[in-house]
Amino acid sequence: MTTTPYIQFFDGAEAPNHELLGGKCASLVALTQAGMPVPPGFAITTASYDAFIAAAGIEHDIHTLLADLDADDVVEVDRVSAQLRFEIESRPVPADVRADFVAAYHALQARFGEPVPVAVRSSATAEDLPDASFAGQQDTYLWLNGIEDVTEHIRRCWASLFTSRAITYRLKNNIPNEGLSMAVAVQKMVNARAAGVAITMDPTTGDRSKIVIEASYGLGELVVSGLVTPDNVTVDKIMLMVVKRVIGSKHAELVPDPANAGLVELEVSAARRAVLSISESEITAIATIAKKAEKHFRCPQDIEWALDRDLPDGANLLLLQSRPETVHSSGSTADAAPAAAVTGQFGIESITRSLLIQAGKA
Amino acid sequence: MTEKSFPSPYDQAPAAGAEGWKDLYAYNLVFQQNRREVEEGKFWFCDSQHWPTVTKPFETIGFEFAVSCLGQYNTRHLLIPPANGIEFRIHNGYVFMSPVGVPEAEIAARVPEFMARAGHYFQNWETLLEQWQGKIHGTIDELNALSFAALPDKVDINDVTSGKGTGPNNDLLARYDELIALTYRAWQYHFEFLNLGYVAYLDFFSFCTEVFPGIPDQAVAKMVQGVDMELFRPDDELKKLAKLAVELGLTGLFGDTENPEATLAGLAAASGGTEWIAAFTEAKDPWFNFTVGNGFYAHDKYWIDHLELPLGYIRDYIGRLQNGQIIDRPVAELVAERDRITEEYCELLSPEQLAAFEGKLGLARQVYPYVENHNFYIEHWTMGVFWRKARELSAMLQQQGFWADADGMFFLRRDEVREALFDYVTGWAVGAPAIGPSYWPEEVERRRGIVDALQQQRPQPALNTPPAVITEPFTLMLWGITSDQIKNWLGDSDAPEGEFRGMAASSGVAEGPARVISSSDQLSEVREGDILVAPVTAPSWGPIFGKIRATVTDIGGMMSHAAIVCREYGMPAVTGTGTASSQIVTGQWLRVDGNNGTVTIVEEHATEERAAEDHVHDLTLAGDAAMQLEQTLEPAGFEAIDGTVFEGSHA
Repeated sequence: MTTTPYIQFFDGAEAPNHELLGGKCASLVALTQAGMPVPPGFAITTASYDAFIAAAGIEHDIHTLLADLDADDVVEVDRVSAQLRFEIESRPVPADVRADFVAAYHALQARFGEPVPVAVRSSATAEDLPDASFAGQQDTYLWLNGIEDVTEHIRRCWASLFTSRAITYRLKNNIPNEGLSMAVAVQKMVNARAAGVAITMDPTTGDRSKIVIEASYGLGELVVSGLVTPDNVTVDKIMLMVVKRVIGSKHAELVPDPANAGLVELEVSAARRAVLSISESEITAIATIAKKAEKHFRCPQDIEWALDRDLPDGANLLLLQSRPETVHSSGSTADAAPAAAVTGQFGIESITRSLLIQAGKA
Repeated sequence: MTEKSFPSPYDQAPAAGAEGWKDLYAYNLVFQQNRREVEEGKFWFCDSQHWPTVTKPFETIGFEFAVSCLGQYNTRHLLIPPANGIEFRIHNGYVFMSPVGVPEAEIAARVPEFMARAGHYFQNWETLLEQWQGKIHGTIDELNALSFAALPDKVDINDVTSGKGTGPNNDLLARYDELIALTYRAWQYHFEFLNLGYVAYLDFFSFCTEVFPGIPDQAVAKMVQGVDMELFRPDDELKKLAKLAVELGLTGLFGDTENPEATLAGLAAASGGTEWIAAFTEAKDPWFNFTVGNGFYAHDKYWIDHLELPLGYIRDYIGRLQNGQIIDRPVAELVAERDRITEEYCELLSPEQLAAFEGKLGLARQVYPYVENHNFYIEHWTMGVFWRKARELSAMLQQQGFWADADGMFFLRRDEVREALFDYVTGWAVGAPAIGPSYWPEEVERRRGIVDALQQQRPQPALNTPPAVITEPFTLMLWGITSDQIKNWLGDSDAPEGEFRGMAASSGVAEGPARVISSSDQLSEVREGDILVAPVTAPSWGPIFGKIRATVTDIGGMMSHAAIVCREYGMPAVTGTGTASSQIVTGQWLRVDGNNGTVTIVEEHATEERAAEDHVHDLTLAGDAAMQLEQTLEPAGFEAIDGTVFEGSHA
């Protein structure tokens, strides 16, 4: 089985439907279908959430509680948030939704020789949640083992629609609560030796001919959440050549902890801090995949990647996420390019000028 | 802060046995004792790219003519605002250079002059270049017409009866003067367009670094560089001849290419051989006027004078064809790669930027072929004729007892050659023996000893204190002498043990065994799959580029011959490593990264087969990636998956 109204595998045949999958899962489906190395997994569609809310009979409560809320009344917002999240996290999942999820979970596990841990991430449908580009940070549960643990975290993702922050955001932006929904990604966990992000432009200058890679040891969460200073490598996007390397301090790494079947943060030795966490060929591979994502989505991308230590060299780079780079690329291409005062004309005047600049005389 | 410096030429003793070496060269070419303060105030770099070995006294003609003509165009013809010419000296037998800037106060006044002069050339490039072709062909024809036969016992009777009034001695002297003057003329032509070619390139380069800060030099080179250059024609002719031999069933007749006469006679006699010989003869002139060196040494071998060289290369190509290998340069791929790179950068520009980019690129592409092709006309063809004529004269004087060996003349300065020639014609006229045969043989041997002694010592990469930053445009472009390069030479490089850093001159990554080649005579040692390591390479080494996996040189920038040739053959190159060829040993396993400009000695390496696979993969990495993209992204059904995605893409 791959697809039901409630479940869609990333590598299923259906075209990504944003309504049903939310931004994150739609992107993972699109990336998988474009031939990118996305870790296998499936989406629990918004239909699952809708069925859950309907069966739980709490839709009316939700509207009532949110109806006259004052965004500036922090205490009241917190109270409502806590109540709504409790409602969601404590209700049973309808049998048909649960059955489809259980089947999908087993189908995913069946692809591997032994049980694998998974990550559970929320996948919002539109502007229901603050700042889409923070999506990766807010509801990601890593290294979950066993179906009960996974189920519990799926409900937690659903509940995250009603964090204080989300409620306040919708109130301030006049986003209605009708039709709110949430998809959830369940994905095989990557055993990352190194991981990080890559942006298909230089965010400091807006130069779109560059790809800037940030990399650190272990899982990428410490990079994404800014808890380590990662290595920073600038690559020319067209030539795929490194033009700048800055070695970051990357003092800590998040790695699996077999003893506790979870994750543990370890200190990185001085020797490993002093060198780049990724090799030259890995840099090229990451840049290539980032460029591929940009070409696919036709605008600058901000990707999350990881190198899986369980996979062989050359096949170990995985793409965890790709989303539009929202900070710099919102303007036009021309605005995004460096603001250098480039003379429009060419010919002897500009040649003379170039000569003088080159010689430091202009 | 203590500033690191190179030694002063005044503090360097010559190699043992080379004492008195300065007297071999003209006074103006050496560091004179009483000019110490002036000369030590300048930074000199060794041009081992063009003069990798000691220049014999006659051979100074190469750098004297070349570098003074380069300067003449900057300083007097074009008035390039910030740059005059380049001073040159010979020190312990090696050539050193020091760029001459323009005083700050004079730069502004040169701008309108430069614009009028250079502007005229850019506007009339094609017409003027066509005219140039005529001029250089004419000069070569005149050089070819010169001959240096021994003087006859008596003046031809017809010259007496016609009342000619002068003797063949007069003509002999005139022909020597003409040999020198025609060569000087050719070197003026050499620089008539070259500096402008670099200037237009530099303009495009500056623009690219302004809009794409940090753009790799190689990207700019690849966008500008042509793929079908006359400089590659000699090698292409060999390939054509190899294919023709296969087609005509003549492949069995190349068994003894070391004996070209016999090989050619065998071919001529074979069925179908006439057609092949006709093609060979047609290709030979001019395309075999191609040196295995660089045109600056009397001992350089030219294919046309040593037909065993092109015949040997043809034999190799036949062998590779028979093994089912493709011997052609990947021209279509190179064009596709060039177009891909250009297009991808173009897509990132605003309409105004795009107009400027296209204009500058157009000009750079228009003028750039000259930057590569001139090399065939001057260094190869003209200098090939020049050295042949000079060897003819040296051999003639050897016959007259002036020196023991055929190359004796090259140990004389060119003004001394004229003196010796006058000695010879005087003896002829007077009817008494010339003095030379009792003076020169011993002197030539003494000088040979000094030159051999100088040869035992490698030159310093530079002399005196380097400037804080290198800005002179030609030094940067032609010689690749950057501030980083100088740091390298001074041992300030932070490269770890067993690693060399240089310029990422041609992209790709390859591994293989090192083959260190310090002279073109060793070229036959190169084996399939080697990594060529050399102080410097020459374009005519083309035929071996089909065998090797990568190239590493000690000196040279983005526009050095090794860089150009490697980009044409689509193989990785790291140039300007400073010392790789003296520290790497043949047989060591190397990893050459042409994307990052590093060469690493790999202690323990994978099997040969594995590395060969890596090589193939890496070479085509960028192109492959692009191709894969096209393929995976072809189905356009995913466009509308996300409104936010689309917002950006319509910008």
